[in-house]
Amino acid sequence: MASAKEIKTVLFGPVFANNPIALQVLGVCSALAVTTQMATALVMCFALTFVLTLSNLFISIIRNHIPSSVRIIVQMTIIASLVIIVDQILKAFAYEVSKELSVFVGLIITNCIVMGRAEAYAMKSSPGMSFLDGLGNAMGYSLVLLVVAFIRELGGAGSVFGVEILPLVSEGGWYQPMGMLLLAPSAFIIIAFFIWVLRTFRPEQVEQA
Amino acid sequence: MGLEHYLGLFVRAVFIENLALAFFLGMCTFLAVSKKVTTAFGLGVAVIVVLGLAVPINNVVYHNLLAPGALEWAGFPDADLSFLGFITYIGVIAAMVQILEMTLDKFFPALYNALGIFLPLITVNCAIFGGVAFMVERDYNFTESVVFGLGSGVGWALAITLLAAVREKLKYADMPHGMRGLGSTFLIVGLMGLGFMSFSGVSL
Repeated sequence: MASAKEIKTVLFGPVFANNPIALQVLGVCSALAVTTQMATALVMCFALTFVLTLSNLFISIIRNHIPSSVRIIVQMTIIASLVIIVDQILKAFAYEVSKELSVFVGLIITNCIVMGRAEAYAMKSSPGMSFLDGLGNAMGYSLVLLVVAFIRELGGAGSVFGVEILPLVSEGGWYQPMGMLLLAPSAFIIIAFFIWVLRTFRPEQVEQA
Repeated sequence: MGLEHYLGLFVRAVFIENLALAFFLGMCTFLAVSKKVTTAFGLGVAVIVVLGLAVPINNVVYHNLLAPGALEWAGFPDADLSFLGFITYIGVIAAMVQILEMTLDKFFPALYNALGIFLPLITVNCAIFGGVAFMVERDYNFTESVVFGLGSGVGWALAITLLAAVREKLKYADMPHGMRGLGSTFLIVGLMGLGFMSFSGVSL
């Protein structure tokens, strides 16, 4: 087993130092459309964590038996099977949320984080470390998702997890909601500023012109 | 359903429900391969071809194999295989891209050289899978799926070409260091998305 320091790097590195969304440009596709409410974003985070950690683990276990010419299809099959499990569980136990997430649960299959980590890490590393790498990257993804969802739901609807924080004007309160935050493009703008803040504190991430 | 219906569907897929700017699909490649107009355009054309084929093919597969009651012709009127949807679509897409690549290599080498490097990238492009998933969710028939596939492909290609053009212009702009590269790209896409939103509510 690897040393404690190595485990820490693999697990917490992707949260700030090597964030999958802000630095690796992976998994942006589904990240943005599900962030209008904290609750849906949280479900999406759990779904991705489940798929990413297990796909990393399974791919790493069989990595020495996969011929490199068909590895993409093998990875795809594993990932797609995991996503089907998640989708069926959501449909059975949280039907409302699964309707809200619509096609985006399915899109975890083509979520570049899952493919990217399988290809870049799980194919070369031991199962235990791959599992931790999956967990770390899922945390980095979840962090961005929850921050964006928090800003959008608080600013756009005055609530967090559906609990009213800022009383709305329409219900006799004082807060005039910023409807724009609920629209799709605002997610991009929030992530742009998230990246700006992150790179102000971590100048080594700035791209060379 | 006349020609008007299909024309309306096409325009809706290109502008109002643009896969890239209204649904954020295919973002990974959208952000990564939009530094130059020529490469962005090449990728756009490849996406049009693949979406235009993948959506109708999966439509046929869905209606004849997976949909509830679709296996009646094989003697299984009660079978419902729709839970196998995801794995089937991704398999069909991956196989189709592979066949397309080999066909182009054999018969149209010039086109293959132009599209070659982009084709493998497209298997994992969420725009293709998203297009297929929307087709199933909205229950399009075959003709509609052809129009929807082509339309959403054109919309995606248009969006990535426009973004590349903006990024080329901004290459030497003096922006804050933290915003250089990825940050500014997100901001540009956000503003473009706002622009495209002005099409929303247009009913055809």
